[in-house]
Amino acid sequence: MEHYNMDLTLKVWKQNNSKTKGRFETYEVKGISSEMSFLEMFDVLNERLISEDKDPIAFDHDCREGICGMCSMYVNGRAHGPWEKNTVCQLHMRAFKSGETIVVEPWRSAAFPVIKDLVVDRDAFDRIIQAGGYISVNTGNAVDANTLPIEKYRADESFFAASCIGCGACVAACPNGSAMLFVSAKVSQLALLPQGEPERKTRVLNMVAQMDKEGFGNCSNVYACEAECPKGVSVANIARMNREYLSAGLSDEASI
Amino acid sequence: MSLDSKIPEGDLEVKWRDYKSHVKLVNPSNKRKLEVIVVGTGLAGASAAAALGELGYKVKAFCFQDSPRRAHSISAQGGINAAKNYQNDGDSVFRLFYDTVKGGDYRSREANVYRLAEVSASIIDQCVAQGVPFAREYGGLLSNRSFGGTQVQRTFYAAGQTGQQLLLGAYSALERQVALGNVKMYSRHEMLDVVMIDGKARGIIARDLITGELERYFGHSVLLCTGGYANVFYLSTNAMGCNVTASWKAHKKGAYFGNPCFTQIHPTCIPVSGDHQSKLTLMSESLRNDGRIWVPKKQGDNRKPTDIPETERDYYLERRYPAFGNLVPRDVASRASKERCDEGYGVGTTKMAVYLDFTDAIKRYGMIELGKQGLETADDKTIEKLGKAVITEKYGNLFEMYEKITSENPYEIPMRIYPAAHYTMGGLWVDYELMTTIPGLYCLGEANFSDHGANRLGASALMQGLADGYFVIPYTLGNYLADEIRTATIPTTHPAFEDTENAVRIRIEKLMNIKGSESVESFHKRLGKIMWDKCGMARNEKGLQSAIEELRALRTEFWSNVRIPGEINEMNPELDKAGRVADFIELGELMCMDALDRKESCGGHFREEMQTEEGEAKRDDANYSYVSAWEYAEGGEKLHKEELAFDVVKPTQRSYK
Repeated sequence: MEHYNMDLTLKVWKQNNSKTKGRFETYEVKGISSEMSFLEMFDVLNERLISEDKDPIAFDHDCREGICGMCSMYVNGRAHGPWEKNTVCQLHMRAFKSGETIVVEPWRSAAFPVIKDLVVDRDAFDRIIQAGGYISVNTGNAVDANTLPIEKYRADESFFAASCIGCGACVAACPNGSAMLFVSAKVSQLALLPQGEPERKTRVLNMVAQMDKEGFGNCSNVYACEAECPKGVSVANIARMNREYLSAGLSDEASI
Repeated sequence: MSLDSKIPEGDLEVKWRDYKSHVKLVNPSNKRKLEVIVVGTGLAGASAAAALGELGYKVKAFCFQDSPRRAHSISAQGGINAAKNYQNDGDSVFRLFYDTVKGGDYRSREANVYRLAEVSASIIDQCVAQGVPFAREYGGLLSNRSFGGTQVQRTFYAAGQTGQQLLLGAYSALERQVALGNVKMYSRHEMLDVVMIDGKARGIIARDLITGELERYFGHSVLLCTGGYANVFYLSTNAMGCNVTASWKAHKKGAYFGNPCFTQIHPTCIPVSGDHQSKLTLMSESLRNDGRIWVPKKQGDNRKPTDIPETERDYYLERRYPAFGNLVPRDVASRASKERCDEGYGVGTTKMAVYLDFTDAIKRYGMIELGKQGLETADDKTIEKLGKAVITEKYGNLFEMYEKITSENPYEIPMRIYPAAHYTMGGLWVDYELMTTIPGLYCLGEANFSDHGANRLGASALMQGLADGYFVIPYTLGNYLADEIRTATIPTTHPAFEDTENAVRIRIEKLMNIKGSESVESFHKRLGKIMWDKCGMARNEKGLQSAIEELRALRTEFWSNVRIPGEINEMNPELDKAGRVADFIELGELMCMDALDRKESCGGHFREEMQTEEGEAKRDDANYSYVSAWEYAEGGEKLHKEELAFDVVKPTQRSYK
């Protein structure tokens, strides 16, 4: 593929900390290669800002290969930018043309307060996992792994749900700021497996309760979460979680 | 101080069993009073924190990311080894042990490696019990594949996301302990020093990366599970935040550094495309199960790969190593690629790449699928379609990742790959109990030096991280803490905490006050270039000597001319990075010293002066069969040697031919 260079205008959200008001800053960047990743374009810009004694832009990133879930930019109105099933660290500049204006914002959700610039606080996700996103098995208790055959279809479905990287794009994309895709992915992963059976009911009840407590919104079947999920986690998981929740609420002996 | 590796007496097969039977225990009511600090939440740290929390210790866990789930173990793709012999192909604990010692080019400790092989099977059991969705066969049982340096199928996997699934398993176990109140989690915190009281590790100074505040934490013991230091090369497959700071601070407080020059350059990574590049992306070794590596037979051949006929391709790994073919260990494969590219056979615009081609695999799988449908022939298109579907199931996410980065479709055009810095076998020296030379300070996972010798085999890093965390430290830590039950919690107002915090503060202020003209990133790039050119895939005496000079100059320049924007008491990623790069520069010098000392070629350490006529690594067992353990001292690093004894495996010239 032919490489090209481009000049761009960036409008980036700047906010000193959670207590101050934020604003958009405009930056002109020149000579950006189409081979760069979106974050490398930010590296170039930050290098320039540092050399000009200006404040660089803070953003979360780590693995830069689309798996750690740390990066989180809302690019031109879309979580992780224009490419399908993609994290912003894997977005490459060939997605843009010279002369374009790109608007970059942090995840916008009441449950994800801004820490600085494009960096947000996603601790709420950890607390939801703490509420039940696990199988209670102490180290050393396990039986031989092959004593428990699992239907391939279920194992595969469980894996697809488990591929969630916990980035929060689903919440950012949702007009209600709902975390249903994230929560349902974990509930589904474990509900599909026989190992998850003993805690199946309490898990879904507790995780949903924590999700509500954190201030995430409700699901109204917009499906923006699935469309923006970098791992393509399916909304079928939300349907499964609703079934799990309903059946647990009706039949959980512990809570009757 | 003499090095005592504390390897238990007895035959290899009974050492660990006997150790566990006789190790000191801590009763549950005392465990509640003992505090343990775990730094890092990758596979080693998360599993250790979870397992110790389950036992009833009071654990504090730290990570610099926003959540423990993001540690770089998450990026591991291909799989995890275990001696289960589910495939009935002759695997055993002994074979896994033997392959690992041989793969490490006879520079690891037999007893540690045997223990690793021994606990490997329990890891798989534990992970499955946690709900880790490993790949399965239609009968519902676990699936396996091959990895480099072995002739059995012992690798368990979850598509190309095995590290992610294992880490999320350990993370969920950790979060369960957080919920139960046994572990207190500190994310967005970076450890900046170890606090020593009466010669023992008693806590850490950590910086809150949001507020910039320094904080003091006490622990009866401290566990460093902080990963490797491949980012010393600037470009590596590691995450941007991976660093050596925790280990380096411990080193400066008295922990010896083991085999710092043993670094792994992974053969299959997406090549560098330009100066803007911030990191390199790995294409899992599992791809070598099905992909064939080749270059054109003609130098400087500029034809498209698909236009080069079969007879004009050089499948050089299959040619040079017929027994293992494309599945030779990483060090061997990387050197072979470098050799072809250096000789002018490289491909792509930079000519620093080789092809990894799936055409044959697609045809082969297509024919198998055809057979399953009871058909004998079909047109090429149908066969191709069936074959591609199989490849997608096995490696789909890797192919997608490749296409996103390069904008080329690897189903149609062979992948271009080149070696990149990936893993570090070296790390803090630890004894059999994983304790460093500082009493009470332990080191687990990639951060220690212990199990992989001079070269790590594929799918063994995940195994080691989880072995250390789930199954080793819960036993060995007790042996130390049993004698600490009378030590009450030391208040962090103790002068040692105060002094250490002050020293950390002074260093940060010094960095901020330099106000020079060159960015941290720029220094890091320069460091990386020196290390890659002179202490990378091939090393020689002259290069290493000049690298040491250059690094000393770079260090002086860094401390007089680095420019860090912003303030100390705020979120300041440039300041975080500056501290890490300063430590990397010092580490780089030690790596070069170690590489200079080791006048032999072994595993990933290739001294150009020491090679066979065929260009293979030439080991020198008579003079270098030791672990180098470097002691930090004023006036220079001091080398100690732990002689390696091979009672069971006889070191031979490693052959994969």
